[in-house]
Amino acid sequence: MRALTWHGRHDVRVETVPDPEIVNPRDCILKITSTAICGSDLHLYDGYIPTLRAGDVLGHEFMGEVVEVGSKSTLKKGQRVVVPFTISCGDCFFCKKQQFSACDNSNPAETSDASETLMGHAMGAAFGYAHLTGGYAGGQAEYVRVPFSDVGPIVIPDQLEDEKVLFLSDILPTGWMAAENADIEPGDTVAVWGCGPVGLFAIQSAFIMGAHRVIAIDHYPRRLQLAKQMGADVLDYREVEVLEALKEMTGGIGPDAVIDCVGMESHGMAIDNIVDTVKAHTFLATERPHALRQAIIACRKGGRVSIPGVYGGFADKFPLGQVMEKGLTIKTGQTHMQRYLKPLLELIREDKVDTTFLISHREPLEKAAEMYRHWHDEQDTYTKIVLKPEMAKPRTEARQPELATA
Amino acid sequence: MARTPEPPVETVAVEYEEILIIPGEATEIEGSDTGSRAKRRRPSSGVERGGSSNRALIGLGLAAATAGAAFFFARKAGENQNGHYTGPRISDAPDHVLRGKAKEQSANNQDGRALVGRTVTIGKPRQELYAVWREFTRFPEFMDNVRQIEKLDDTRSRWTIEAPMGATVQVVTRIVEDVPGETIAWVSEPESQIETDGRVEFADAPPGRGTYVRLLLRYKPPAGALGRAVAKVMQREPNVQARRDLRRFKQLMETGEIPVNASPSGRKSESPTEARI
Repeated sequence: MRALTWHGRHDVRVETVPDPEIVNPRDCILKITSTAICGSDLHLYDGYIPTLRAGDVLGHEFMGEVVEVGSKSTLKKGQRVVVPFTISCGDCFFCKKQQFSACDNSNPAETSDASETLMGHAMGAAFGYAHLTGGYAGGQAEYVRVPFSDVGPIVIPDQLEDEKVLFLSDILPTGWMAAENADIEPGDTVAVWGCGPVGLFAIQSAFIMGAHRVIAIDHYPRRLQLAKQMGADVLDYREVEVLEALKEMTGGIGPDAVIDCVGMESHGMAIDNIVDTVKAHTFLATERPHALRQAIIACRKGGRVSIPGVYGGFADKFPLGQVMEKGLTIKTGQTHMQRYLKPLLELIREDKVDTTFLISHREPLEKAAEMYRHWHDEQDTYTKIVLKPEMAKPRTEARQPELATA
Repeated sequence: MARTPEPPVETVAVEYEEILIIPGEATEIEGSDTGSRAKRRRPSSGVERGGSSNRALIGLGLAAATAGAAFFFARKAGENQNGHYTGPRISDAPDHVLRGKAKEQSANNQDGRALVGRTVTIGKPRQELYAVWREFTRFPEFMDNVRQIEKLDDTRSRWTIEAPMGATVQVVTRIVEDVPGETIAWVSEPESQIETDGRVEFADAPPGRGTYVRLLLRYKPPAGALGRAVAKVMQREPNVQARRDLRRFKQLMETGEIPVNASPSGRKSESPTEARI
């Protein structure tokens, strides 16, 4: 089959690899119909995630048709399913507590040592995301093997097209949990750093959960435009002093909750960020947490900090004193996907959540390597890329999202 | 009171935290079969001989003092024939995590460090876990180096253990302690190609949490090329090895299968049906 494989920093290729096979009774094999490139794939592309190996198949946002099932899979051939990016067994202490991303069993014994050393405990597994999280091949491919297929995948009704439900695989539940972790109360103002796909879904989710106002922070005009389209007030951090602006906009109180949808590779030219960039490139640091620092400083006393952004290790100059003195609550974690799939599928069916507005490009899988480059270099234009293995010919004209008038 | 007749030539003990090599040293065991902990005194010459690193190894060797080691040596000395275990129980703090004063006291108590493996929690009742373990025949499913187990009778089984370069060694083990739902301990019979012993303990976790399972494995290869080679393999990453075995047991018991990342990659050497490490 054809698959997108990683070979080094900024080096991904579409090449021919063996087809996956059923290995365990609870497995299934999917024929991929749609797969997307995630913002967190850029962390892999940029070489920020250790334990990725040359030849690994990437991709953790995918859906498709069941073409093969193991003896204990509950799926049937021909069903259309979306697969959550985390792999969960459904049987361990954590899965039973609905903390699915903390699954104790999905990460194979051979690959869980590293994270046990690094994090203190073995991490749960995920698709296409390095050997720290299990080393399972991803879904930017024609086919994928899905372990514990009786627990993860959600069956999609025929009338819902791929694009409406594809993002159940990661970014929609992740944005949703980000808002949930912000414990939004009536009258709340919520500030969201980063208007990438997760940020945009967090904004949408915050409004659904009753936020009075959402303020979105980014510097890409198109992304800010999409945030505005979702009903947020927007701040371009290149144009305004974010901390002062947030304070002024909230009557001196500060946002009740802040959401860091940026993660370890924060942009911007603030002094701390330049230092972090230098350190990260010389392996003295693993993160560039500028956005998180700013969010913590901005947050009101007694407020909530939600961190869906991905971090991998030790953040330098973390403002712990500010967290303590202001009495902030921090909630974070990889998304407990299986908690949210059913309720969010319902919201999609009822048209209460818009899942297609951020898609800017639909391309064949063959063009995946090129798309990674664009996704990395042109974040303003490329707001979300969907890859279709079946799509025969590359499209030259990219469809832009329709923007509301400002 | 018992004395081991001869110094072990080379002891490689596998447990969760460290590997033990005791270069030819005499060992003295004081033990009692009435429930008190076995004690062992090491001649001081053993300590004097080594430098600090050697001493560390010997210090680790002291780990052989209790737990599995207790009955291992006791058996050799012809004691504790009833196989009664006198070392630390699962409810004790594992000796390798003790520090400072606690360690001192522990050392005073036992004249050495306990050989205690790591513990995992498995979300199943201990009777069920015990029953699977007692069968022995499923070991190859979750133990890395065990290729095959053949039951000879109710307490004895023949193990085929993988050795380097495709070779295998045969070990016949006998269950020396068997408390249903609590403990199974086994030792190798004299005809075995390597000496090994192990024990697994099951204890109730807090309500609703299943069972704490603690595993101890040790290998004592004979002199000679094959023995050394096996020792080397066992020794390479003993803590990793045993940790993985226990983790796989947990996975098998909780999910009914052992997760494996076998899947396609761009690496020509790999098969999509084999684990990629």
